Amino acid sequence: MTKFLFVATIFVSMSAFASIEDGNDEEGEKSLKAEITEYIDHHLLDSHDFSLFSIEQEDGSKKHIGFPLPVILWDEGLKFFSSSKFHHGETLAEVDGNYYKLYHSKIYKTDAAGTINYDEKHHATNVKPLDFSITKGVVMIFITGLLMFLLFRGLAKSYAKNGSIPKGIGRFFEPIVLYIRDDIAIANIGEKRYKKYMPFLLTVFFFIWFLNMFGMTPLGVNVTGNIAVTAALAVLTFLLTNLTGTKDYWMHLFNPLGDSMPWYGKLPLYIILIPIEILGIFIKPFSLLIRLYANMTAGHIVIMSLIGLMFIFKSWIGSPLSFGLAFAISLIEILVALLQAYIFTMLSALYFGFASEEHDHAEAH
Amino acid sequence: MDKLIEDFSLGLFFWQLVLFIGLVLLLRKFAWKPILDSVGEREEGIRSALAAAENAKKEMQNVTADSEKLLKEARAEREAMLKEAREIKDKLIADSKELAKVEGDKMMKQAQAAIESEKKAAVADIKSQVANLSVEIAEKVIKEQLSNKDKQLKLVDDLLGDIKLN
Repeated sequence: MTKFLFVATIFVSMSAFASIEDGNDEEGEKSLKAEITEYIDHHLLDSHDFSLFSIEQEDGSKKHIGFPLPVILWDEGLKFFSSSKFHHGETLAEVDGNYYKLYHSKIYKTDAAGTINYDEKHHATNVKPLDFSITKGVVMIFITGLLMFLLFRGLAKSYAKNGSIPKGIGRFFEPIVLYIRDDIAIANIGEKRYKKYMPFLLTVFFFIWFLNMFGMTPLGVNVTGNIAVTAALAVLTFLLTNLTGTKDYWMHLFNPLGDSMPWYGKLPLYIILIPIEILGIFIKPFSLLIRLYANMTAGHIVIMSLIGLMFIFKSWIGSPLSFGLAFAISLIEILVALLQAYIFTMLSALYFGFASEEHDHAEAH
Repeated sequence: MDKLIEDFSLGLFFWQLVLFIGLVLLLRKFAWKPILDSVGEREEGIRSALAAAENAKKEMQNVTADSEKLLKEARAEREAMLKEAREIKDKLIADSKELAKVEGDKMMKQAQAAIESEKKAAVADIKSQVANLSVEIAEKVIKEQLSNKDKQLKLVDDLLGDIKLN
């Protein structure tokens, strides 16, 4: 595994080689920086085709290596076509008499000429059809899901075959599963009620971890650094927390002081306390989604900037230096990948623990 | 913030929700439940095996304690028996000593009494023999003295002289 990570780190450090081609002229210096910035921006976003890398051809046009993905739009009816129609944003896609343009990784509905209208903040004002495309992110989510299914199904089967003793890669994953059970779930939720949260906690941990690790590979996917993905995970944590909340949880929410005070004493306090408690329900999962998103995005920006520096320095000192830095940051990012998965799982478990608390009301808080 | 909202992709959100929930449900059925079950079973097995070992150890200790107790009892019994035997022996010796002494005393007394009576008999015998002897001597002396006339006359004279008609 570590060997694999090591190789993956080297690969991600080199992943930008293919796409950022340097121009030798003076003017190229400026456009190179702009290109790197654009590349990083582009990388951080989801994309409608699975591009592995692109090669600048002699005539200046880029040859993209990769494969197109299906585009599914809801625009007065279901539109389904291949993303190859966009030619990486270079051409308009015409479907059923409507024209769609790919602009900054978003699909806009345009006229036949492909005009994009902007407001004063330089935001496109064109109509955005509902986009349910199978994007690169969706593909990676699916691949990760499949990988997890095969991996843990295999582990489950190896138990049946070997009389409860794990085999092969299961020996690596079993302690992690046990750690999540003992030190995350049981420690935060309690022996009595942890069981029903286990599938979610285990899945969310490995899902985030694997996707974070995929983000370190030259596939260049940034799924966990996409706010829509983290938001979906946080929404699930939010729903699970509040749908499984016990009576005590809601009591604690709307009557935080309990019977320790007469009602006329509590009234002025509760005008402030209860809104805070209610806000807290939403802030907790929101902090989850922002934390994961920000950490992963920041990591990707830092690594890619350092890689980009190599092409800007173009010297025997600067480039190895930034390579070394990128390498070091990559190692840290591998740690962060695990850490963020742990934190997300840990905090989810903590919130589930709040939701499933049961105690005597005589007990002091 | 504007950019974040602008970049938020509803489609990706939707797919993530659908795929993730599907993944959780699938894994719950096919992976997590069997994994956690067999791990739990294994732990239960280990726990019960440990408990059984502990029980066996305790039982073993009980058995050892029992045998030790038995041994102790046996030893105490032997001790008691020995003591009793010794006491019996001592008593026997003391008793026989007592008996011997009493018997001895009795015999001694009898012996003394016998000796005494023997002595008395002997003394009486001696006395009678002495008396006989004296009589015999006296007889012989008298016979001697009265063998001739002169001497008879002299004796009569002497005797007459002694009497003198007191």
